[in-house]
Amino acid sequence: MDNDQHHSETTLRVNGKPHTLTVDHRRVLLDLLREDLDLTGAKKGCDHGQCGACTVLVDGRRVNSCLLFAVALDGCEVTTVEGLSDDGEEPHPLQRAFLERDAFQCGYCTPGQICSAAGMLAEAAAGHPSHVTDPATPSAEPVPLDRAEIRERLSGNLCRCGAYPRIAEAVEDVIP
Amino acid sequence: MTGSVGAPAERREGREKVSGAARYAAEYHYAGRAQAWPVPAAVARGRVTGVDTAAALAVPGVLTVLTHDNAPRLAEPDDPTLAVLQNPRVPHRGWFVALVVAETLEAARAGAAAVRVDYAAEEHDVTLTASHPGVYVPDDANAEYPAVRERGDPDGAFGSSAARVDVAYRVPPLHNHPMEPHASTARWDDGRLTVHTSSQGAGAVRSVLAGLFGIPEERIVVTAEHVGGGFGSKGTPRPDVVLAAMAARQTGRAVTVALPRRYLPAVVGHRAPTLHRLRLGADADGRLTSLVHEVTTHTSRIKEFVEQAAVPARVMYASPHSRTEHRVAALDVPSPSWMRAPGEAPGMYALESAMDELADELGMDPVELRVRNEPDVEPDSGKPFSSRHLVECLREGARRFGWAGRDPRPGSHREGPLLLGTGVAAATYPVMVSPATASARALPDGTFLVRINATDIGTGARTVLAQVGADALGVPLERVRIEVGSTELPPAPLAGGSSGTASWGWAVHEAGARLARRLAEHRGPLPEEGLDARADTTGSADAESDWARHAFGAHFAEVAVDTVTGEVRVGRLLGVYAAGRILNARTARSQFVGGMTMGLGMALTEGSTMDAAFGDFTESDLASYHVPVHADVGGIEAHWLDEDDPRLNPMGSKGIGEIGIVGTAAAIGNAVHHATGVRFRELPLTPDRVLAGLLDHRAAHDARTGPATGGSGPVRGV
Repeated sequence: MDNDQHHSETTLRVNGKPHTLTVDHRRVLLDLLREDLDLTGAKKGCDHGQCGACTVLVDGRRVNSCLLFAVALDGCEVTTVEGLSDDGEEPHPLQRAFLERDAFQCGYCTPGQICSAAGMLAEAAAGHPSHVTDPATPSAEPVPLDRAEIRERLSGNLCRCGAYPRIAEAVEDVIP
Repeated sequence: MTGSVGAPAERREGREKVSGAARYAAEYHYAGRAQAWPVPAAVARGRVTGVDTAAALAVPGVLTVLTHDNAPRLAEPDDPTLAVLQNPRVPHRGWFVALVVAETLEAARAGAAAVRVDYAAEEHDVTLTASHPGVYVPDDANAEYPAVRERGDPDGAFGSSAARVDVAYRVPPLHNHPMEPHASTARWDDGRLTVHTSSQGAGAVRSVLAGLFGIPEERIVVTAEHVGGGFGSKGTPRPDVVLAAMAARQTGRAVTVALPRRYLPAVVGHRAPTLHRLRLGADADGRLTSLVHEVTTHTSRIKEFVEQAAVPARVMYASPHSRTEHRVAALDVPSPSWMRAPGEAPGMYALESAMDELADELGMDPVELRVRNEPDVEPDSGKPFSSRHLVECLREGARRFGWAGRDPRPGSHREGPLLLGTGVAAATYPVMVSPATASARALPDGTFLVRINATDIGTGARTVLAQVGADALGVPLERVRIEVGSTELPPAPLAGGSSGTASWGWAVHEAGARLARRLAEHRGPLPEEGLDARADTTGSADAESDWARHAFGAHFAEVAVDTVTGEVRVGRLLGVYAAGRILNARTARSQFVGGMTMGLGMALTEGSTMDAAFGDFTESDLASYHVPVHADVGGIEAHWLDEDDPRLNPMGSKGIGEIGIVGTAAAIGNAVHHATGVRFRELPLTPDRVLAGLLDHRAAHDARTGPATGGSGPVRGV
């Protein structure tokens, strides 16, 4: 394979640190994180955007990292579960809430659930409606998150252990 | 006792899991590690006549392609599903016929797509019917239960019963789909094999690999430190670990085989479809006179696995006459295997649905019908129960749920387009336990180290075993460290059959108690290496019991059925369990709720179809096989009784990993009947099926009474 044609130099900021890599154009963000940077917190559950285990934040928005070609993300800011907490020492409030609520069992969907919840809280704060948001809710104002909103907005993150009730409680715990 | 057991201790590996630091099998980054991608067979039955690997080998980064022509020869395994790449035979679609090993995932995937396989295809047969000519009665069902048990004259007694139910149910194939797909990383180093695998038991993986590759177990280390769920599908080694070890040997590299999600249904086992015929005969007071449960299921051509779905009927209810029977047909299908509560989950769906139908027939409350048929001893064996408390579960559940005052008339509660209903079902799961070994060490710094090759597949095994160890030692929990998940540790059985905690905990308890006695006799400071004690529960854990030992439970469900869309929503699920002593309230609750969630999926969304033309599962990924999501799960409550049963193990515990799924689907189905008046006898209760049922019901109603006016029937505006 001709490197010039099938690889490109790409720079990403991951958890605040710049990384410049020569990236196979077929490489998705998930594999770049896991294989190139050894950030294995983002999990591969389906590789097809069906399970949410690979959820990370790109420029602050939650994404299925298995569906994004890394080469298309040149210059983007990526936050993974490893980089969620501000100082890297104390866990992020969501991480603490997941621990306190026992909001996981096998742990494989957990990083994705936590990143998805972080992205979801920001979306609601920015006034993004969901399928269950009352149409009368004023736009561009924060959407209050009740249990139904949380469940709806996290439904892209599957958990086969069935920790859903505890996850919803954990997310509620961090809503200001 | 310091009272660690029972406390809601936080998961020991919790911080690693929420921070992303917990490492799973595909995440061991050895230098030069290669990635491998399997090629599944594209015919349902036949023979590989040629594999053209030239194009695959030309893909940059591809190191080798393994096929049945060049793969390392293995000794014949006990489990035929592990004889991968050993011969050209294709026993079912999806069977692996090649493995591409490459420098990167992308190259491996592209290589796999470029492998050209030619087949001599043969006629296949994958469709199970109760009257399939190949159906036979096996010697045993899974877990060595006799295929047939009969007492008295069940047919005669049924024929002369005052009340009778004779019905058929169908449970479709179901897939375990743990969130972590099956994965293994293997490396050979100077004739020694190291494997990191996603398995419910590293010990079995090691012994199987030793047999296959003809090397002593001492030269193999298998770890399963963090496992992203299993639900039975990782109970024994699956092809990924064999392929990884083969590829690592062939290439001299460390190799990871992480199975693509879509390939799982064909190669890791599934819950086989079950066709049930239930005949319940009762006297006018609701006492069962005859109970006949006949189950027909499928297995593959290479392995006999018979879902033991008629077994719970041998445990549940008193009946002087009974027959329970399993039949099976070997078809050109993937090999079925264990999925959470094999036998009990589909079997109790059928039995508990039929009990609800009988209650209807008799005009009896379904809770009272179950109470009336409470046996004095285990009906099949005649053994006394070590503890049972099913009636207490039903009563406590009814109280908590608000069952009293329920209007039993189906279709009696409507809110706009919704029909509301409630349902109940019982649950049971056997108590199983196996011998294990463990060690406990006291260290001079005042801490203790417990070591055992247990596996934490998400159950909280680390945490609960540390609690058991702390109490046996009589020390605070925070002074006990624990190591699990490696064959370097004292051997112990797999996490399966809801037997892990009982088996491992027994050994940990004995090691801890022994060490405590040694310490009591010890004078002076501890030696630098500490003081050790070991335990082996062989002879005690596997001793025959004179008691019938089972956990029991009661499930209550409240549903809303949308008469416009056919959608069923579960507003409330409540379970009450009698499962011995609960060792960690926090992790136990998560397991019960998790089981009930999977039961909700079984009831409403999960179902796989064996495609007759192609011979594969149509719903093989998570976009088409619908496991429950956040929005499907409303309020789920799990409660338990304080059960004190001294005839189990030193902790007094029964297993809790599986019973949560057992009665859930029946409770939901019964609630749907109560809501609508329509009895659905095939799972899952998807909107298309429910809507069709409602329309048929309406049409039948109209044919009897003439069309309703004003939309008072079960379906309005249709």
